[in-house]
Amino acid sequence: MKDIAIHSQEKDIREDLPWKQINTDILRSLDNPRRGYWYSIIVCLVLLAIGFTAEVIQYQHGMGMSKNHPHMWNLYIATFIFWIGMSHSGTLLSAILHIVHADWRKPIYRFAEAMTTFSLMTALLFPVIHLGRLWNFYWVVPYIPSRGTWPNFRSPLSWDGFAIMTYLTSSALFLYIGMLPDLAIARDNTTGWRKRLYSTLSLGWCGNDRQWRVFRKAYMLMAIFLIPLAVSVHSIVSSDFAMSINPGWHVTTFPPYFVAGALYSGCAAIITLFILLRYYFRWEEYMTLPILEKICKLTFAIAMMWTYLNLVEFASVWYGHDVYGKEVLWGKMTGAYAPAFWSMMFFGSVLPFTLAFRSLRRHIPTMMAVSILLNVGMWLERWMIVSPTLSQSFYPWSWDVMWPTLTSWAIVLGSFGWFGLLFLVFVKIFPSVSMYEVKEMVYHRKLATEKAAARVGGAAPAYGAHMKKEDAV
Amino acid sequence: MSSLQNLINNWSQYRKGIEEGGFHHYEHRWGMAIDLNACIGCNACSTACYAENNLAVVGPERFAKGHFMHWMRVERYWDQPEKEFPEQGASFLPMMCQQCGAAPCEPVCPVVATYHTPDGLNAQVYNRCIGSRYCNNNCPYRVRYFNFWSYYESSWPEPLNMQLNPDLTVRDKGVMEKCTFCVQRIRTAKDKAKMENRKVKDGEFTTACAQACPTNAIHFGDLMDPESQVTKLWATHQVSRVDEQGRPRHEQDKQNPELRGYRVLEELNTDPSVMYLERVRETLA
Repeated sequence: MKDIAIHSQEKDIREDLPWKQINTDILRSLDNPRRGYWYSIIVCLVLLAIGFTAEVIQYQHGMGMSKNHPHMWNLYIATFIFWIGMSHSGTLLSAILHIVHADWRKPIYRFAEAMTTFSLMTALLFPVIHLGRLWNFYWVVPYIPSRGTWPNFRSPLSWDGFAIMTYLTSSALFLYIGMLPDLAIARDNTTGWRKRLYSTLSLGWCGNDRQWRVFRKAYMLMAIFLIPLAVSVHSIVSSDFAMSINPGWHVTTFPPYFVAGALYSGCAAIITLFILLRYYFRWEEYMTLPILEKICKLTFAIAMMWTYLNLVEFASVWYGHDVYGKEVLWGKMTGAYAPAFWSMMFFGSVLPFTLAFRSLRRHIPTMMAVSILLNVGMWLERWMIVSPTLSQSFYPWSWDVMWPTLTSWAIVLGSFGWFGLLFLVFVKIFPSVSMYEVKEMVYHRKLATEKAAARVGGAAPAYGAHMKKEDAV
Repeated sequence: MSSLQNLINNWSQYRKGIEEGGFHHYEHRWGMAIDLNACIGCNACSTACYAENNLAVVGPERFAKGHFMHWMRVERYWDQPEKEFPEQGASFLPMMCQQCGAAPCEPVCPVVATYHTPDGLNAQVYNRCIGSRYCNNNCPYRVRYFNFWSYYESSWPEPLNMQLNPDLTVRDKGVMEKCTFCVQRIRTAKDKAKMENRKVKDGEFTTACAQACPTNAIHFGDLMDPESQVTKLWATHQVSRVDEQGRPRHEQDKQNPELRGYRVLEELNTDPSVMYLERVRETLA
């Protein structure tokens, strides 16, 4: 009965898609995107140029271009958390949903993983950019120094370094391993420099049984390894704040709060990129509305979790009657930062209710706008974590309000250009929909339909009947 | 691997929490007692600090933008906001690095540029600092200052560079700096005492701010020396990290509430080395 119920629903993917067409459709992305793609590239290049110029100016003149006392951390650190956060949904989508065998992830996880890798590469820039002497950033790395000058292993900033490097290495590896069979397909269907590139990268994949077995094992192991890693990375980023003594930062709910926020902004970003890629490469066949609906539901659930954790944080500050903490919270709600705070609450907690309506979930322009606004809300959340605490700390003498300078804004804009450029170049060079897994998906779908048909009508299943279900998975 | 060995051996010497009795291997514990009754808010201490420590003069525009560099500031408070000047009456609080025994700035520095010396100071190693500014974020007193610019380019135009103190470096952009209790004077005094094979005597030297104070509000000395004036002031006013049994004390529980000694933000357990003597005013009810 369950199968019939599934059958009667709208399908994630057309089940009569020929495998040949899957290859053609997806490899098409390597050749001819819409014109919108090239416009996006130009926009990204312009943003990157602006950011790079600002960074050169800041490097030349000093951090006074963007910061002041007592706002030592500001826009850069807020944006750092934003990018780190965005990297978490790639892992959620590919690793967690892979382990629980959620089939609908298959057409969309590849670009989510790419998003993870590239947003980590963007995030990594920010702690370096915000350093006073950024040319010495490698002193945080525990290389074996002849002078015995190790980094401070008690500092959450050092933990950050280790955590992010580990996460970047493993998520890039995960992306690469998962792409191996597709790289082989690309190798077999291209010529010229692309052929040479894919030949090298596909590591001699020919798709025999032994390779598939090893591949499945490696992929599963990486997935299992990445899940606790992802959770720990954002918990460690939250430790930058939670381990300090500042009111408003010294909060035990920070690690889960940060992880929820990370998944939230990542899911919103996935929706945005989903819609963009669907448009650029005409992938309506693969990035279907039922799949979009599923991500929207997931985002809605995470949004509610985030809202809950937010309220828990406020409530515990209020109930705990920590004088300083309360002052900061009250300052956020009513002070100079109130517009940002209430926008964050609106975008983060009220706006996601649009995701609860089926008609809105299926309306692409609305979803595009909503997903961007959700991320604006999440960016404001990071801003609300970093800034008000520094503005209203223990010592009233140092109370102040600050607004970032043009230089900081330019560098932040530049980071969007950097991320966008990396991402756009990636989707043009690599197959950003997993071909072999879409084939699996189509095959599973067929199998289920045939089974259902056999059970209802008693007709002999024609396709895949000789295979056991286990073999197919 | 000797550096690894060094790390393992020295691990236990890192700064301990107040519960463990703080840092274990003190040679001295330099401290201060500042009598706010005597302070007239003249800023001589602050000026002396500028001269002694080669502090950059940033100018009014940069000051207004929050790019100031004074290691020592004199804060002004109005005790009776409901009244008008001059009946209102200002109070002053000279605020510099509190040289905490359990300093929040120390554990967070990613490169150990700030660490606890056996003299009880929060040292700042300028050459090691990469400018992450985490220390300032975690300092509840906000007494660490960051070189936002290359101030040396404009702070001491010729011939003002001739007045720079040759015992100290001039810091460049990108490093965090702070009050050191005039560590160059401490070094000189300790070296001299060592040459003469004796201990540093109380009152043998003092910090620039204490030296410049016209009303003698600032007392500087070794808290490990039971005979020093600072130790006696701390004892008289019952300000202490530990109680009579040597157990860590989390709040000031004085037997005589009339005593004026206190440390700023005592409830954070940062164990500052600076004690203030509260200002007592006669007010008409």
